[in-house]
Amino acid sequence: MSVVRPYGDTTGDGRVQVSFTLPVPFGTETERAVAEGAALQLAAKMGLDPAMVVHAKGMGPSFTFFVVYGRVSHVVDLSLVKVEEREYPVLSGAEVNLRIRSSLGRKLVVVGACIGTDAHTVGIDAILNVKGHAGEKGLEYYREIRVVNMGSQVAVPDLVARAAAERADAVLVSQVVTQRDAHLNNTREMARAFGAAFGGARPLLIVGGPRFDPSAAVDLGVDRIFGRGTTPGDVASYLVHVLAPGDIPDAGPAGPTGSEEDVA
Amino acid sequence: MSKLNLDPVLVRQARDLARQAAEPVVEMARTHSTVSVERAVLRLAGLSGADDDGMPWVNRLVDAVREQTGLEHGVALPVFDALVTGGYPDLRTLAMDVAAGRVKFRLPAGTEALTAREAALRYDSAGIRRIDARRAERDRLLSEIGDPPKPWIYLIVATGDIHEDIPQAQAAAREGADIIAVIRSTGQSLLDYVPEGATREGYAGTYATQENFRLMRAALDETSRELGRYVRLTNYASGLCMPEIATLAGLERLDMMLNDCMYGIIFRDINPVRTFIDQRFSRQVHARAGIIINTGEDNYLTTADAVDAAHTVVVSQLLNERFGKEAGLADWQLGLGHAFEIDPAVPDSFLLELAHAQLVREIFPDAPLKYMPPTKHMSGNVFAGYLLDAFFNLCGMITDQSIILIGMMTEGIHTPFLSDRDLALENVRYVRSAAGRLGESFVPAADGFVASRAREVLGESIALLGRIVDQGLLNAIADGTFGVTRRPPTGGRGLEGVFERAPEYFNPAAEVLEA
Repeated sequence: MSVVRPYGDTTGDGRVQVSFTLPVPFGTETERAVAEGAALQLAAKMGLDPAMVVHAKGMGPSFTFFVVYGRVSHVVDLSLVKVEEREYPVLSGAEVNLRIRSSLGRKLVVVGACIGTDAHTVGIDAILNVKGHAGEKGLEYYREIRVVNMGSQVAVPDLVARAAAERADAVLVSQVVTQRDAHLNNTREMARAFGAAFGGARPLLIVGGPRFDPSAAVDLGVDRIFGRGTTPGDVASYLVHVLAPGDIPDAGPAGPTGSEEDVA
Repeated sequence: MSKLNLDPVLVRQARDLARQAAEPVVEMARTHSTVSVERAVLRLAGLSGADDDGMPWVNRLVDAVREQTGLEHGVALPVFDALVTGGYPDLRTLAMDVAAGRVKFRLPAGTEALTAREAALRYDSAGIRRIDARRAERDRLLSEIGDPPKPWIYLIVATGDIHEDIPQAQAAAREGADIIAVIRSTGQSLLDYVPEGATREGYAGTYATQENFRLMRAALDETSRELGRYVRLTNYASGLCMPEIATLAGLERLDMMLNDCMYGIIFRDINPVRTFIDQRFSRQVHARAGIIINTGEDNYLTTADAVDAAHTVVVSQLLNERFGKEAGLADWQLGLGHAFEIDPAVPDSFLLELAHAQLVREIFPDAPLKYMPPTKHMSGNVFAGYLLDAFFNLCGMITDQSIILIGMMTEGIHTPFLSDRDLALENVRYVRSAAGRLGESFVPAADGFVASRAREVLGESIALLGRIVDQGLLNAIADGTFGVTRRPPTGGRGLEGVFERAPEYFNPAAEVLEA
């Protein structure tokens, strides 16, 4: 069946539950009536018809929280669902470690830095530090990844030298400052320097930052660009995809927290 | 009275081992200093502000002294010698001349050294008196306005913009928060300077600056009066600037500070030596300021398994206690941290949580323990998360925790909605009203699962402390004992800011604080 509706307790009943807050008071009798009416109006505009406010509660003098049940009038056409394919599957920490062990047989070496005058290590630290970002541990936490974090304001020649000395598999560079296109110029300069020093055998070059266009990798001479919202797990999965290819384990859904438990 | 049938001899043994493990590190902190300690000396002497590039004057001065005479004797002698002999009206004017290259520092000798010493002591004593005055002011406000009963409810704000944080913090206080924590901008712990001024732009948090501290404390004073209870303010000292941020917190009457002896090492890859020296001075300042520290053991349980690593929490708490006491903190100032992070899929997980929480309560009966809610196993299933938070609140009530950070069912999804916070407070209010007095009737069977597990964790803690004493604390950290992370004493950030004190090293702030 290609067309479905939400399921409450009977096929096709379309029943859903939503909760939301409106910036309206819930004090006097009139205010309460207005608040509930406002919630029903929003529910109707969201396609809930009929809708029922089952809970309303004032929060402070000027907000009201609602729980609403209703029948949604929309249908979902499964044949129209488009799935954005990323070029690599997102793996759990344990899968990443396993792939590196079985495919490389040694630790994967990542050298990270903020180059140029950029002192914003927030992005690179969120990806590299154990502390990580949004509850996800950074690359340092992966047993099979060795991280060299050079910090901020690293000169490109120093980065190239360190990458050579550490035999880096990948170089991660973060660029936050975009004044006069500093992020683009710095990235191109870095790519040229690595090309000159390593030729075709250069490490994988990855840049990240909130203002990059993720599709500009080729233009900038790097392998991959990560934008806002990237997690350490995204980067680790990409590294493994390119540097430690292997059979993709039949990755049954690990669940939202499945990746965290057994990384070490 | 122990509900867990703990052997007091074993608890004493654990404390004694922690003292032995800490001693060599304390000795190192007594014989070394750091650039941040020296900058704190200048901040206490009243130097604030920054140059046109935003670099604080304290950094400019310490860097200049380091370059010209070295820091082994402390920053105070060369700086106050230059201040006195140059006839400068204040340190700021001197710093501006230093930046212009017009000052030549020297290490004064004889009577000139004495003059510089006296000037330094006068300036830093004045700074410490300002901290004393802020502490007295807190005591006065607590008795005038009223001190809320424990457990204190701890809520976080973090917009990145201090002017957005303020109304949010005031709203949270009105909704029931006893403590407001302003989360710092990501990565501030790695800055080797403290930013200046009111800030409106941060990453997942707001910069800790003296001006932001002042603005928020003033706003909460207003709200405290309105509510008839003193609302405490918390910020973060841990990081490369621990001594300075501790100083600013004392000057601006913050009430609690995140200050862990090892957090920066383990989770921020800050050099261990740097951290241990910095934490000692920062805690001396906190002790003087009457600030309650919060330690970060909850973090271990986000990286390591909360059952397997339970004893590392206890070991770290004992070390934090030892380092804190050595720096002058009293029991009531030791907000030792722990967390409810056991995988709910583990059988008897709630009993294990009870055992761990009660164990910590009994080892540290007079400490204002800070109990952190589940984060690692908050799955995005907000309904299950709400249930887990209720169990966390219940465990906190039964085991008499002192500071309860409110768990959000949307943990890890987004910055809490207004409604998330309201529901979280409804959760804790229900549990407190329904089961707040359950502790008095909760006496686990002497040889039951809970008491046995608690004794097992205490035994593991003693064994680990014994290994740490044998091995040396720095080696144990290098070995990945805490948080499953290896941190060698020569690695990490900030080691270049550490130096050994010369025999004539002089630190006016330390002289006053240690007197």
